[in-house]
Amino acid sequence: MAQPPYPPARQRRTLSPDTRHLLWSVAPGVVWIVIFLVLPSLYLIGVAFMTNGPYGQPQMPLSLESFRQLAGFGFLGWSPGNLYTLLRSLWQTVIATGLVILIAYPLAYHISISPRQWRAIMLLAVVVPSWTNQVIRAFGWMNLLSPGTPLSQVAQFFGLIGPNMGLYPSNFAVTLGLIYNFLPFMVLPLYAAFEKLDAGLIEAARDLYASPVRAFWHAVFPQTLSGLLAGTVLVSIPAFGMYVVPELLGGGRAMMLGSLVAGQFSGGSNWPLGAAGALIMLLATLGGLYAMRKVGRRLGGGEEVVI
Amino acid sequence: MTFPPSAATAPQGAVRDASTITLSGLRKRFGGDAVALDGVDLTIRAGEFFTLLGPSGCGKTTLLRILAGLEAPDDGTLTIGGRDVTTTAPHLRSVNTVFQSYALFPHLSVRENIAFGLRMKGVPVDERRRRVDHIAEFIKLGALLDRGVNQLSGGQRQRVALARALVCEPDVLLLDEPLSALDAGLRTQLQVELQRTQKRLGMTFVFVTHDQDEAMVMSDRIAVLDNGVIQQVGAPHEVYERPVNAFVAKFMGHVNLFAIEQLDHTRVVTALGTLTMDKPLEENARAGMLLIRQEVIELGHAVSEGYNGLEGVVKERHYRGSRIEYRLEVNGVTLMATAGNLGQRLYAVGDTVTVSIHPEDVVGLDA
Repeated sequence: MAQPPYPPARQRRTLSPDTRHLLWSVAPGVVWIVIFLVLPSLYLIGVAFMTNGPYGQPQMPLSLESFRQLAGFGFLGWSPGNLYTLLRSLWQTVIATGLVILIAYPLAYHISISPRQWRAIMLLAVVVPSWTNQVIRAFGWMNLLSPGTPLSQVAQFFGLIGPNMGLYPSNFAVTLGLIYNFLPFMVLPLYAAFEKLDAGLIEAARDLYASPVRAFWHAVFPQTLSGLLAGTVLVSIPAFGMYVVPELLGGGRAMMLGSLVAGQFSGGSNWPLGAAGALIMLLATLGGLYAMRKVGRRLGGGEEVVI
Repeated sequence: MTFPPSAATAPQGAVRDASTITLSGLRKRFGGDAVALDGVDLTIRAGEFFTLLGPSGCGKTTLLRILAGLEAPDDGTLTIGGRDVTTTAPHLRSVNTVFQSYALFPHLSVRENIAFGLRMKGVPVDERRRRVDHIAEFIKLGALLDRGVNQLSGGQRQRVALARALVCEPDVLLLDEPLSALDAGLRTQLQVELQRTQKRLGMTFVFVTHDQDEAMVMSDRIAVLDNGVIQQVGAPHEVYERPVNAFVAKFMGHVNLFAIEQLDHTRVVTALGTLTMDKPLEENARAGMLLIRQEVIELGHAVSEGYNGLEGVVKERHYRGSRIEYRLEVNGVTLMATAGNLGQRLYAVGDTVTVSIHPEDVVGLDA
């Protein structure tokens, strides 16, 4: 008698060796993510809806008090401070991401057309700075930008800053720090896109009456879109929640969302408020991702470009 | 910049004078020693289906790219319709290309791909739409217009690439081996369709291929290239029946080439034997070779009247259905002969046969 096409019902319930092998191999990762990401996130969401205790510890009953506070309603009435912080963080993110794109796009293109033996070295030069801890790098920039340094003197000479002032601390220093920090995350995906650029499409566009500028827009840009959006995600999300760089290079002058949240868990001691802030950040990030996915789909002609 | 007349003003089948192409002294060299074109002089007539034929690396694609403006010649001039366009940018030439890889824009739909050239030229949306619909009907693409190009088969992509170029109504359409990626059946079908399309539009087509059968089927005239030099220009039958040199003869698929050992007026001596030609080779002809096409050789038991007669032994027989190929040994030399399958008795390996060759079919050419 011929073999049945599949094993009988009782045996079918047991996993095939392949599947079991696969499960074992992903299990450590799953356990890690559950313990260090899923559970803390659930805890954070829980805390956000609790009440602040007398020592800053979260306690019952559940309430929306933290969100009210975050929206600016204190016991002295409404103030726009937190709203400004949110907007300032968004603005800083947009500016930093935009500038990173402006620098990374031509840089990635340049690397992609360089002689093959140079490319690895150039990419390495882009990546190597990120091997140093970002706190140390921020201190490095402080030394370069503080009052009296050559860079600050040049800025003074051109009247960009007042006498006896430095480029640090300032929003300029924060933006510079962010760009410096996140450049590799934009250059690498863009380089990958430029590397596999189909030059035939550019020629086709030129052949079909597109000027060089329009050929770039219609034949080059769409091909790099996936890299650009991937880089934007990689840069804008961490930049939005960035804590170290604004804190150190901004001199704590202008409050950012990351600092606001961090403050509630350390000095300010209001865990529910901090958790609520973190939750809002998470939602804003997811919203941004969703929007970028939409944009990617539109520009990519229905293809999945982002994630 | 002048745009080609729209379909409304140009009667179908009318030949447009704007599309005569002249190339003179074109040279192109790629970094170092690689010579792509070594002094090409050529005139392509308006409304002609012209084919550049040659092996890979012969310079035919470079020549096409120079016509498109995607490559600049090192030396020489190119005019289209009497206008010097040697240094004109590709987007300012009324020339469109069907690329070998098709180069369709993957992020655009079929309709957007076809409309691309019109959009770049600034044709208004409603006219664009009308012309795309028209060409889609002409090329039989109607049902595919709203698809993405990634959902198309090879043959469909080829049609989209053709429609995208044709819809612009250029003076000259360039085709860079557009059929090479397709399977044999579809290829044959599209060869006929392309030729028909060209005749209906009266547009100048410059077609690049390495396939001599394809070139002969489709072209009005063929230029055979080798090493960046044009070897011969002529109608398919001229190039096939009267190749000027051994390279062209071999490229057109001929195998019976014999070095001339002695020449006395119309009598030539080769390893095959002594043959008579119908007229003496020209005084100045550097003729050093004889060509006898496989299909002109008659096999039998007696030499036909007025023919050159030889005797050979059948060494191999290849049955091809519509024809039969024999490998013969004549005076110790291999001679290939093809006989149409007309129901005659086949010769067997080992048979001794007479070989009759008409003096007209003994062709002299350069070595």
